[in-house]
Amino acid sequence: MDDLSTEQQTSSAQHKLTRAEQVELYYWMQLTRTLDEMTVALWKQGRGVGGMFSQRGHEAISVGSGYALGPDDVVAPMHRDHGCYLLRGLTPRRIVGNLLGRAHGVSRGRDANMHGVGDLNFNLIGFISHLPQSLPVALGAAMSFTYRKEPRVAMTYVGDGSTSEGLFHETLNLAALFQAPYVLIVENNQYAYSTPLAQQMTVEHIADRAAAYNIPSAIVDGNDVEAVYAVTKTAIDRARNGGGPSLIEAKTMRMMGHAIHDGAEYVPSELLAEWEKRDPVQTYAKRLIESGIIDQVELDEIKQRCAVEITDAIEFTEQSPFPAPETVTEGVYAP
Amino acid sequence: MTTVQSAHQPPRTGSNFGFSEASTSTMLTPTEARDANSSAAANDSNTGERQLTYIAAISEALREEMRRDPNVLLMGEDIGGSFGGAFKVTKGFEEEFGAERVLNMPMAELGFVGAATGMALMGLRPVIEMQFADFITTAFDSIVQYAGTNYYRWQGAVPWVIRAPSDGGMRSGPFHSQNPEAWFVHAPGLKVVAPATPADAKGLLIAAIRDNNPVIYFEAKPLYRSLKGHVPAGEYVVPLGKAHVAREGTDLSIITYGAQVAEALHAAAQLTEEGVDVEVLDLRTLKPMDTEAILSSVRKTGKVLVVHSATQLAGIGAEVASLIADEAFEWLDAPIRRLGGLDVPVPFSPTLEDIYRPNAAKILRLARDLAAF
Repeated sequence: MDDLSTEQQTSSAQHKLTRAEQVELYYWMQLTRTLDEMTVALWKQGRGVGGMFSQRGHEAISVGSGYALGPDDVVAPMHRDHGCYLLRGLTPRRIVGNLLGRAHGVSRGRDANMHGVGDLNFNLIGFISHLPQSLPVALGAAMSFTYRKEPRVAMTYVGDGSTSEGLFHETLNLAALFQAPYVLIVENNQYAYSTPLAQQMTVEHIADRAAAYNIPSAIVDGNDVEAVYAVTKTAIDRARNGGGPSLIEAKTMRMMGHAIHDGAEYVPSELLAEWEKRDPVQTYAKRLIESGIIDQVELDEIKQRCAVEITDAIEFTEQSPFPAPETVTEGVYAP
Repeated sequence: MTTVQSAHQPPRTGSNFGFSEASTSTMLTPTEARDANSSAAANDSNTGERQLTYIAAISEALREEMRRDPNVLLMGEDIGGSFGGAFKVTKGFEEEFGAERVLNMPMAELGFVGAATGMALMGLRPVIEMQFADFITTAFDSIVQYAGTNYYRWQGAVPWVIRAPSDGGMRSGPFHSQNPEAWFVHAPGLKVVAPATPADAKGLLIAAIRDNNPVIYFEAKPLYRSLKGHVPAGEYVVPLGKAHVAREGTDLSIITYGAQVAEALHAAAQLTEEGVDVEVLDLRTLKPMDTEAILSSVRKTGKVLVVHSATQLAGIGAEVASLIADEAFEWLDAPIRRLGGLDVPVPFSPTLEDIYRPNAAKILRLARDLAAF
């Protein structure tokens, strides 16, 4: 929290966002929200395949942090980081194709929902259900940059739940030991499936654990896209300049169940109502309008553009073939 | 030519083949361990061939690949500095290649195997030393769930190698003697290698390093310094997925790999004296398995004994037996026999471990019965 937070203030000033950048941040969040709402609707209509995870409430984290990456940086997002995948360059068609198990999906029908959405052409590493596994894999990417003396950074994401796994400890220790150009975003959305924070850990802040590894950390409002951007940019710049790893805890709330099947009745409705007022997409839209960055007409145009893009992705995907059954054994091994 | 050198070595030929249940391998003394790979290649006094121990062949493969390709680097516990690893395979490597290519790791196998996957995705070729094959369980998720599935899921190639010193007979107890290869053969997307000779130890390791997939290379630590043989100098690649007929025969096939190849050859030599002509097939790669070589041998001999040091129950031998039953049933003249470790943790005490583990004497008894069937 300490030194990264202090730096953050200087850093925010240094990385003052232009109007165009602010509009872009809003666009990516709105596109993410539209993708989420339209695909959740698909599942409610029985048009989905298998399960799916809503990312509702996580838009500011995935967009704000992903936006701070350079084009050559590598990122391993998780299942609620649709914004990061989109802004790295994956098209909605390929993402929806993956959600619906189609041949044109990123994993060619091999992996479910947002799992297996990796493409090194976009410097994207896909995650597995054992989510803490992304921690060391992204670290290895960072260590390869050190080895090759490349000015690149690797970033990854886990939820609060993953921080209870042993791999969290192993990776942070290794990251510190090798002073790797590595940024970890912990998306603290208060619940690991049905288990609330109080039943997961005794520390108040996950970021407090970073001190045990001698790693600088910060706590950020995970519903404030500009704050997430600023703190991530600081950590990335530090990593790129040889300053080693950082841990950022972005506090937010999971606004839907763990996955589409889960009604999350175990979450108090007052808690959700309180967080609904802090909705990251709507509060940012309001802020941009109130500060005169954008007007309602332009805002509506962006929303409309997002709806067109996602509608196209869904229509295209529903008309596209599933992988041919005879290809099932193809591509287990790299040539 | 491969020769087994051991203080407890029974004669390899002669009419009296009455060696005991004791393993033919020896336990290393600390002094021997210190001298690991430092011994330069010696020429066999009879043949003039260049000779190396099994462990020196492993070191040579690593050194040559690191000199050839700057993407190859090493990771593991205690491998760096002047120490050079628990078995000294990498002694002198940090001096030659620098600490940035000989990454000494804290005890965090799950973490550093995962990091190796990230490096491999970026185009490096990490070779990981698992200090003992027994400890590979601590990295199971990183290997089986992540690395093994990755290419199928999103076509990110993971070209790493894990070197896993396996096998027992050395009085090392339940946690320094295991043979966990079957777990990894069962997991999609991995390749699994188990060299039986110094030449293959070099050639298969080089092939594994150049392969674009995660490869687990089970080195047989009982052979480290007890087995010496001809190893070609310089570029020498033994392709993955190709078995090797270690000895031609017509009456009976012993199908095996790793340290049990030498045991099977001992037994075969004795059976020759008894008028039984045994073929020994060394699988070399367990995944992908050379099924054609297995079936060819069965069609030739009609009788099969499958042997491995690993637990017999649900082991590689079961898969080999099933393959033969499916594809070559009509060629069989006798039931397929298997010999593997007992379904108990690897016991420590010599009397227990010798009963636990397959060896030449046990192979001999089973093969003799099978020949007479």
